[in-house]
Amino acid sequence: MFAYIVRRMLYAIPILIGVNLLTFTLFFVVNSPDDMAVSQLGEKYVTPEAIATWKKKNGYDKPLFVNAGAEGSEVLTDTIFFSKSLKLFAFDFGRSESGRDITTDVATRMWPSLAVALPNFAIGIWVNICVALMVVMFHATRLDRWAVFVFVSLMSISYLFYIIGGQFLVAKTWKLVPISGFNIEAQPWKFLILPVLVGVVAGIGSGARWYRTLFLEEANQDYVRTARAKGASEISILFKHILPNALIPILTGVVVLIPSLFMGSLLIESFFGIPGLGSYMLDAIKSQDFAIVRSMVFIGSILYIIGLILTDISYTWADPRVRLN
Amino acid sequence: MRNNHPVQLLALVAIAIGALLSACGEPPWNNPHPPAPDELMIYQSVMTPAPPKHLDPAISYASDESLYLMQIYEPPMGYHFLKRPYELLPLGVEDFPQLTYLDEAGNEVEEGDDNVAFTRYTLTVREDEHYQPHPAFALDGEGEPLYLFDSPEAGAAFRQIPDFPQTGHRRVLANDYVYAIKRLADPLNGSPMLGFMAQYIVGMKEFSERVAGVEREGWLNLDDFTMKGLKVLDERTYTITIMGRYPQFVYWLAMHFFSPIAPEVDRFYHNPGFDQRNLTLDWWPVGSGPYMMVQNNPNSAIVLERNPNYREDFFPTEGEPGDLEKGLLADAGKPIPFVDRAVYRLEKEVLPLWTKFLQGFYDRSGEVHGNTNGVFDQAFVVGPDGVEMSEDLADHNITMSPDVKPGIYYYGFNMRDPVVGGYTEDKRKLRQALQIAFNTEEYLNIFYKGNGITAHNLIPPGIPGHLDGEAGVNPYTHDWVDGEAVRKPIEYARQLLAEAGYPSGRDARTGEPLKIFIDVQSQAIGNTSMNWMDRVFSELGVQVEFRPADWNRTREKLLTGNTQIYSHGWLADYPDPENFLFLLYGPESPLLCKCDGANNSNYGSEEYDDLFRQMRVLPPGEERAALVARMVELFRQDAVWLFVYYPKDIYLNNSWVYNTKRHGISKATLKYLRLDTEERARKQVAWNQPITWPLWATAAGVVGLIMPGVVAYRRRQNATARKAAERTRN
Repeated sequence: MFAYIVRRMLYAIPILIGVNLLTFTLFFVVNSPDDMAVSQLGEKYVTPEAIATWKKKNGYDKPLFVNAGAEGSEVLTDTIFFSKSLKLFAFDFGRSESGRDITTDVATRMWPSLAVALPNFAIGIWVNICVALMVVMFHATRLDRWAVFVFVSLMSISYLFYIIGGQFLVAKTWKLVPISGFNIEAQPWKFLILPVLVGVVAGIGSGARWYRTLFLEEANQDYVRTARAKGASEISILFKHILPNALIPILTGVVVLIPSLFMGSLLIESFFGIPGLGSYMLDAIKSQDFAIVRSMVFIGSILYIIGLILTDISYTWADPRVRLN
Repeated sequence: MRNNHPVQLLALVAIAIGALLSACGEPPWNNPHPPAPDELMIYQSVMTPAPPKHLDPAISYASDESLYLMQIYEPPMGYHFLKRPYELLPLGVEDFPQLTYLDEAGNEVEEGDDNVAFTRYTLTVREDEHYQPHPAFALDGEGEPLYLFDSPEAGAAFRQIPDFPQTGHRRVLANDYVYAIKRLADPLNGSPMLGFMAQYIVGMKEFSERVAGVEREGWLNLDDFTMKGLKVLDERTYTITIMGRYPQFVYWLAMHFFSPIAPEVDRFYHNPGFDQRNLTLDWWPVGSGPYMMVQNNPNSAIVLERNPNYREDFFPTEGEPGDLEKGLLADAGKPIPFVDRAVYRLEKEVLPLWTKFLQGFYDRSGEVHGNTNGVFDQAFVVGPDGVEMSEDLADHNITMSPDVKPGIYYYGFNMRDPVVGGYTEDKRKLRQALQIAFNTEEYLNIFYKGNGITAHNLIPPGIPGHLDGEAGVNPYTHDWVDGEAVRKPIEYARQLLAEAGYPSGRDARTGEPLKIFIDVQSQAIGNTSMNWMDRVFSELGVQVEFRPADWNRTREKLLTGNTQIYSHGWLADYPDPENFLFLLYGPESPLLCKCDGANNSNYGSEEYDDLFRQMRVLPPGEERAALVARMVELFRQDAVWLFVYYPKDIYLNNSWVYNTKRHGISKATLKYLRLDTEERARKQVAWNQPITWPLWATAAGVVGLIMPGVVAYRRRQNATARKAAERTRN
């Protein structure tokens, strides 16, 4: 297994270079270093000298990809792309265009993201699995058909509706919890109730329907009929037989998300004022802060790759027949 | 679960909810703020929509950043809180600067002398001006700075300014003001003022070039370098010498760029490793103003607290007419500041902000933006006397603070465009026809819900040169009828268009329809606005094509003159007509200066430029007013812009907030604000009684959903084969 993991990590390097190249290209298709300078300098009384100074100070005074004026390897290395990318691979994210240390910001902001994403993720999966199993138990009955109808309806509603509806009802009308915010000094759990509730409810439709499909495939297998014939209770069949056997496809979709929980959610964090990495990324895009965008995409890519490796590893745990070679 | 009776399950759920509710404590449960001592007057406000990027007074140049900077720093000059037109006052200095005019050889000359080559400003720092407590001023037993470290590891324990146990403070010295100006010139700081101020302050450019060439390792003491235009005469007196005459320079002295910076603060923040923990002047400002920053969490909140070393300061005893009646002088002569702590929480979305304001958790609806536009419909109704609070909110006793910003938004013609540009009579008539057709009043009512004022002048209210009433009407687009400005009829616009060579909107020579191109910023305009414009111009038979682009692309077009009609805006830096009239000054054209010039219309009128050059160096007075009036007349006559309006915003205040008058230029108004915190606490409890029945209803609903399943499951588990077969047969 160790050799497999090492090999997968080596594969990750070209992927990360490709992602970085793509991010870089996409960003600079719509933004030039001059645009970034003007955005940071404030758009008033911006002189060409001020732009040149800003670019020099922040390392944007070189050509983007190819330095025709340089010699030897410097043609490629004395460029913005190389100088900015190399540090990423050393996990030196440097400073944002506004001068703040990105590593510090990421380390600070990932905890609020996790505080929302983790319960959302865990409770969401638990609820979805329970609901799906219950529906499977009543497969081909009126309850099952109604449940599918409700799932599809829930899936069809925009995520924004859940957020705004939740805020309107629970926080504005019933005044049960704060409508938004995250304050470590003021009972932080009460700020998490609404975003987690909204996240879980909004995910039930798609999640439970997907799990129902997976469980139904297993429910028709011979071993289930055998278990039932031997007198096992329905609860026992669902949780001891069907669920473990349906774990492989569940893990495929779930484990890959675990590392990405650090990255937070753009919508939830923005609307509920959670100061996490999701809103960090959104703010960076709005303010054309390439240093943060580049770092966050890089971190996101690494976490996704780790998620994929973890998924593979989890297969061996869920199904002993799987071997990683 | 197998042995659970439904009633038991219900009881379990009820106990769980009861436990949860009891854990919530006393209402209001939805209070987003942590508990605080009752005796403190805490102002609860918002930072929106994003946290500030820069708080270094040399670098920052955004109004939402000056909201904090102007409470923390005291620049040499400031503005009177209540008086309008805006009135300049000495703030960090004892009196207005003393001006001395010098010739090329440095000899003193009279103000009106043609040989004036330099102007020297002499300023005397207030004796009672002290810095806030800060670790940069903390000294050890030998009088040496306590917190100077040799390596990043030595200071690694300190992650925020409050982590430093020892603080110190000292008087503000004249050299601190001089040091601050040198920081503007240090290219490493990247100050947006460097390029602009180097045109005026003697020796700034040379200073900047010299400092740029110095090898640095850690802190560079700028006191080791001299700038020709700066001199420290004694502990409290310093001079700034600028090139020529530039009367508006005194306004710049009221901006945070010129606030004092102690060299030891600069040195403190250059400790090794500090920047890696965001311990920088850009994040932890150190000033002598009424407040100091005690928390800067861009993710959550910025907290300011009363500076214990702030000088003696009092609420003004005079205001503009009407202020007394509005109760704005109720605190006249009282010592300020009133508020002990100001908390600005990050709010990115308007709905939560608005809800918290209505629940009483925010004292005002906003700081830099009123945030009332998005929820205007539910907050206001248009009554016979103008905008009023809606009935739903009447019991809140919310007060309104209208704010006409000293700024303008406009759509300008490119005067170099072959179709709409030019200075011939037919081109003027074409532009005037388009101006009349663009019904600004209707546009503002529909798209801005009346939050804007049709401009007849490029100088907004509150600034000399702006005239109200009949005298202020643009006679080319409006008539004065029954005491109000009425837009000229569309028939008149059609006539002008025909005289311009476009009868019924078609070129008289070719018969082709006239088509105009409007460059719009895609994020600033919606389809409905574009449809409306399409409709108003179609009344003249003119076709419109919109060219939406993001700001970067729009800027590129403006720099290259590749536009016909463009949208833009300008917010004043200081309340002088020069700060608006320069928007049409010929040399400011980006095509001429090859820079980010402000004259995006590329307007080029010799007369206007001559008048501007004369006006710029004249002191306020009749002569200057006459020049300004003539320039405004040229602006109207040449019809340089398609339409202009003055942006207006309404800020809402909860009933317990006092002294809320908006100041269009200065943000240094927190020290005047007063709150009735007892009333706030009462209202918060009254307005936020939780409604718990939905919790019980939801729990009952969930149990109701589960129970049939449980019952069915139990029946299925307990069924015998025979019974099941019978059921199947039946």
